[in-house]
Amino acid sequence: MAEPSSVRDVNDGAGQPPPQAVPSAALVRVEDVVKYFPARLGATVKAVDGVSFEIQKGECLGLVGESGCGKSTLGRLVTQLLPLTSGRVWFKDVDLSRLRGEKLRRQRREFQMIFQDPYASLDPRMTVGDIIAEPLDNFRVSRGRVRNNRVQELLHTVGLNPNFNNRYPHEFSGGQRQRIGIARALSVQPSLIVCDEPISALDVSIQGQIINLLQDLQRQFDLTYLFIAHDLAVVRHISDRVMVMYLGRIVEVADCTRIYTDPRHPYTAALLSAIPVPDPKIERKRRLVHLEGEIPSPIDPPTGCRFHTRCPIARVPGLCSEVAPPLEEKAPGHWSACHFSDEVGSVAPWARSAVAT
Amino acid sequence: MSGPILEVRDLHTQFYTDDGVVQAVNGVSFDLHEGESLGIVGESGCGKSMTALSIMGLVPEPGRVTGGQIRLRGQDLLRLRPEDMREVRGRDVAMIFQDPLSSLNPVLRNGFQIEEAMLAHKELPRRQALERAVGLLRKVRVPAPEARARDYPFQLSGGMRQRTMIAMGLANDPSVLIADEPTTALDVTVQAQILELLRDLNRELNTAIIMITHNLGVVAGLCSRVLVMYAGQIVEEGPVDEIFEHPQHPYTWALLRSVPRIDALRHDRLRSIEGLPPDLISPPSGCRFHPRCPFRIDRCFREEPPLERIAEGRLAACWVTMERAYAEMGAGQLVDVRPGAGSGVHGLQEERVG
Repeated sequence: MAEPSSVRDVNDGAGQPPPQAVPSAALVRVEDVVKYFPARLGATVKAVDGVSFEIQKGECLGLVGESGCGKSTLGRLVTQLLPLTSGRVWFKDVDLSRLRGEKLRRQRREFQMIFQDPYASLDPRMTVGDIIAEPLDNFRVSRGRVRNNRVQELLHTVGLNPNFNNRYPHEFSGGQRQRIGIARALSVQPSLIVCDEPISALDVSIQGQIINLLQDLQRQFDLTYLFIAHDLAVVRHISDRVMVMYLGRIVEVADCTRIYTDPRHPYTAALLSAIPVPDPKIERKRRLVHLEGEIPSPIDPPTGCRFHTRCPIARVPGLCSEVAPPLEEKAPGHWSACHFSDEVGSVAPWARSAVAT
Repeated sequence: MSGPILEVRDLHTQFYTDDGVVQAVNGVSFDLHEGESLGIVGESGCGKSMTALSIMGLVPEPGRVTGGQIRLRGQDLLRLRPEDMREVRGRDVAMIFQDPLSSLNPVLRNGFQIEEAMLAHKELPRRQALERAVGLLRKVRVPAPEARARDYPFQLSGGMRQRTMIAMGLANDPSVLIADEPTTALDVTVQAQILELLRDLNRELNTAIIMITHNLGVVAGLCSRVLVMYAGQIVEEGPVDEIFEHPQHPYTWALLRSVPRIDALRHDRLRSIEGLPPDLISPPSGCRFHPRCPFRIDRCFREEPPLERIAEGRLAACWVTMERAYAEMGAGQLVDVRPGAGSGVHGLQEERVG
């Protein structure tokens, strides 16, 4: 199932964008991670298929892709909520993928998660105080009055009334619930928080509140984020670097500004062109990069480049349908998995003009 | 342009719940002209979907249209008997919904479901109906329409299902097509394809479209005129270009500023709207937006502003329009002066829960 180790070595080099602004060692190092799920009739869903990247301490790495691309699975692999099929996840100097049971559980204090659905991710029968304190209880961090003071402090930190600790989740709106989920994640002072579409379920006017809160908290507590979203516009506001996934693989990684102004993968260009901008004048000028058909099945992904069946610049039959392009550094800090990354500018001539404001 | 094909006047739709009467739609009036594409934007619970369902005569229990008029080519739909309304629904006015999978019948073939929509309103030999169904699928750009017509909904992708829904909506050449968040459940590349399709159909078939969405970008791309709703009421109305460039109601202004934009500056701070949308069982006094409005004056607490004409083709319901706010109060600085305003860290503490 797993690729041979020689292939892994190649990917190790190709898949790790070097440190960017922060020269310190990576907080998280993901090495050739693979996750297959069994499907019916002996088939396998190749949800994540050979992904390598690093998250630097203190950065916010955006992870973007459409539904079914494997981004949420990848988030759960990083936090070890799912076991890997193969590959490794290093957190600081610890290989999480080799840890089991109590040893892994103790590490979990360091990385927490915020979930998409603020209704499903809070137990309706627990008080808000108990929800927020659950990690404190689990890790025996504090008890009694210290614990309760900590809960109130956390409520205050996320912008809720500290006296709400005896209320139940149903008394809160979606945005407030998401604040509770954030307080829970913060309670044990983790260094990494994986945010899995934390604002997708919220109204526009509330989304901004949560994004800004996450930014403030990042600064205040020196947090590192892996921020998963399907919306490139949201990611732009919070990320330092952005990583784009398609059918279980990373297709592009770049600095947050570059990926929007100078995409080097046609899929990124197509995603960017598809996002409606709330300005009728820009909308009239906007040209859609047309993608053929829809995302193929991860059970039987296309040969060669997985995007070749929909790509506007693919050579088919030819290089694109035969050889999987490695993730290569096309410009400093700008990685793309495309044989013809230099031509992406020709399918997305709008990029500079429309996004440059 | 002749008169409007659809006139909604002082529409009231209420829900009778155990907790009290929810005023979901509260005095909404607007016109829709032939071939127009009108956007209705607002956040969840603002009454935009209920306005649409009221027009369709599909308000769910325990809701009821309690007042107003909905005139389609002069005929008041609210006075029709249920069986007459059934004739109108799907023939003159059709609607497509957010989730195409739950709107399609899983055990019937796609083609048959489109035929059914057609045969409900006219007599047609089956063979001809099938031909038309395939033609409609072709029109909404479903590849291999003959084969897809024989498929069941589960065999289609989300985008293809929504296209099938649109084909069904168009089955009787309606003069009005209401699309309620048709792309919200879809991926962004598929959303772009569906919006392009709707734009082309609007132009080619001259079908008037009411686009209900929370996404201001969708409105900017598809619509020529827009209604902004807040707490069951229209707060602003006008041509998209003008509303997006010079919003006059503080809610519209704040909403536009709060949208994450692909063309924003890196790490540009989002400007959110403080507080929460109001409870529609006991809405705030005066202007319903006043608890969240950075420009409120004393009058806003007491008196409800009427939806008034503020310029040619433009309406706003506000005592302090943005023009005045800019002139007198310096809108540029206002929102960010409060400590922690952006993330609501200090703003929400006093908020009443629930």
